[in-house]
Amino acid sequence: MAEHNVNSASQVVTISPSKGWLGIDLRELWHYRELIYFLTWRDIKVRYKQATLGVAWAILQPVVTTAITSIVFGYLLKVDTGNLPYPVFTLAALLPWHLFQLSLQKSSVSLVGNANLLTKIYFPRIIIPLSSVLAVLVDFAISLILLFVVMLIFKLPLTWNILWLIPLTLLAILTALAVGFWLSTLNVQYRDIQQMVPFLLQVWMYATPIVYPITIIPEGTIRYLYSLNPMVGVVQGFRWALFDDSPPDMTLLVSAVAVMILLISGLFFFRRMEKTFADVV
Amino acid sequence: MDNKTSILVKGISKRYKIGAAQERQDTLRDLIVSQARNLGRFFSGKRGLSDKYEHIWALRDVSFEVKRGQALGIIGRNGAGKSTLLKILSRVTDPTEGYGELRGRVGSLLEVGTGFHPELTGRENIFLNGAILGMHKKEIEARFDEIVDFSEVEKFIDTPVKRYSSGMYLRLAFAVAAHLEPEILVVDEVLAVGDADFQRKCLGKMGDVASSGRTVLFVSHNMSAIQRLTEESLVLDKGRVLMRAPSGEAVDFYLNRGLTKLGERFWEEDEVPANSAPFRPLAIRIVDKNEQVSDSVRSVDPIRIEIDYELTEDVTGLRVGYYLFTTHGEPVFTSFDTDAEDMFREYTARKAGVYTSRCMIPADTLNEGRFVLGINASSYGIRRYFQDDQALSFSVDASGAPGTHWPESRPGAVRPSLQWTIEERGRA
Repeated sequence: MAEHNVNSASQVVTISPSKGWLGIDLRELWHYRELIYFLTWRDIKVRYKQATLGVAWAILQPVVTTAITSIVFGYLLKVDTGNLPYPVFTLAALLPWHLFQLSLQKSSVSLVGNANLLTKIYFPRIIIPLSSVLAVLVDFAISLILLFVVMLIFKLPLTWNILWLIPLTLLAILTALAVGFWLSTLNVQYRDIQQMVPFLLQVWMYATPIVYPITIIPEGTIRYLYSLNPMVGVVQGFRWALFDDSPPDMTLLVSAVAVMILLISGLFFFRRMEKTFADVV
Repeated sequence: MDNKTSILVKGISKRYKIGAAQERQDTLRDLIVSQARNLGRFFSGKRGLSDKYEHIWALRDVSFEVKRGQALGIIGRNGAGKSTLLKILSRVTDPTEGYGELRGRVGSLLEVGTGFHPELTGRENIFLNGAILGMHKKEIEARFDEIVDFSEVEKFIDTPVKRYSSGMYLRLAFAVAAHLEPEILVVDEVLAVGDADFQRKCLGKMGDVASSGRTVLFVSHNMSAIQRLTEESLVLDKGRVLMRAPSGEAVDFYLNRGLTKLGERFWEEDEVPANSAPFRPLAIRIVDKNEQVSDSVRSVDPIRIEIDYELTEDVTGLRVGYYLFTTHGEPVFTSFDTDAEDMFREYTARKAGVYTSRCMIPADTLNEGRFVLGINASSYGIRRYFQDDQALSFSVDASGAPGTHWPESRPGAVRPSLQWTIEERGRA
């Protein structure tokens, strides 16, 4: 998009061909905060509108996945999870993973799914992937209740460490957004992307210590390379914050740096391409 | 830009790639294939990268200015660049060149009901759509009752809009849009929807907006709406501004230039929608007293209208006819070839073949001025095969008609020669 100065005093909008790389206009985004709210609200509302079980799906999904992985990896393959019961071990990882997975799925198709808005109305385009991810956050909040119930059943204590879940959740969201910026933008031109996302997520899931402990990855260089996957830091962080499992080390920092690089580049790529969305989508 | 100016546009151009039609790159595979091909060309010394795409200029060097509180109409044929211009001014897409400035809060209605979600209720969609159009939650709440009132869907406000009839849907959508209160309103053809009653209501509302001191840019194919709502209009053709004039003049110019080919109009095969089969229009023409095809006829002479068409199958219940409009879009009359009862009996079933339906408009029927013929072919109550509301236009010259010894223009679309008697009832 062109440089649009939404100046609340005189409200002069200028139109010109856009050139070069643009940063993100936070003031304009603030101006459109209600639209972010309404689009998020729409996504949540529509998702559960005709589902008889409604919001229960947000709980059912992790329950079922936990059950399956517990049977296959915990009971049949007997993966060693230290002192933690396997279901708790895997559930703590599955919750942020599902958050990430759903966020990435939704955001990568968000632009194409909202093509009618892109071609008819101006607003900062970034709102589209942003609100699709925010809507997923509601599911996540509900699924957290499940986690606390399970912890109660297994008599695991909650500590103040639990506050770490907030920045860790943020890291998971930012990771999804970072990849989402790239994929949603590419998907506008190349619809192959939406076919690719399920595969990408499958590979990504096995590259994250969800069904197995990180300890099976050799320490040293390989572990660091492995930690470039931001979800490694998130999942390990969740386990630590909840069960005081092995505390996060440098891996979390490596993850965070990787996310930031991906996020900033994704953002610039998105801003660079967004002027063409209406013409191409 | 002085402070009375509301919209300033300088040298706006927009270029689209169209070569993509021959070599689409909508999937990665296509991209990979075409890149490989380019690489091949590169090595074989044939550099063909730049001629891969053809470009078209949807807009070329468009400049204009709109004063605060002025309503400007934009007219032109399909593909003239009207919608592209509005898209650029609405910031949906960027210009390739040029510069523009809009002073004040801009509300743009490129369609009504943008972002409506079928699963959400009327109430929910009002809020969603309002937010998409740039209204704040508080504004929507404040005007909520008004919006519902205007839409006339009160009873169904908590029903998902997927259960609405299309009329209800449009009314609700327009109601939200109508209660947007921007300083600059950009509107594209949104009045072309809904039934006649609702259209009138929408036009009224638009009139209010235009007269309340807001700046309005208005694109429409409805020439009478353009003339009612705007003082001045731009005529666009092939992406360029042909003229800017008071709307009456601009409309005349547009109709005279755009539609006529000397009293005859042919339809090429690709101009006819596929779903009009088995009816295919071939031509429509105006023939004067001297058997000449002409776009300028005299009021005092009879006029013949001929419609050539082909039926690719036998058709029952067919009627072929025309609407006659003034250039302001007001209907004058409608007539079909099987209106007369004996014609109906004889021709209601027609075999496949090529036909011409001829109609005589008797002398002393039309007043001077410009008229537009619309064509319609349908089977009553079954289906409409083909309709073109602006098939052809022609002008009528009134010289010699009743009353022309007074050099004045007579209002009205018809100028019949009527019998008068004058009786002296006594002496003063």
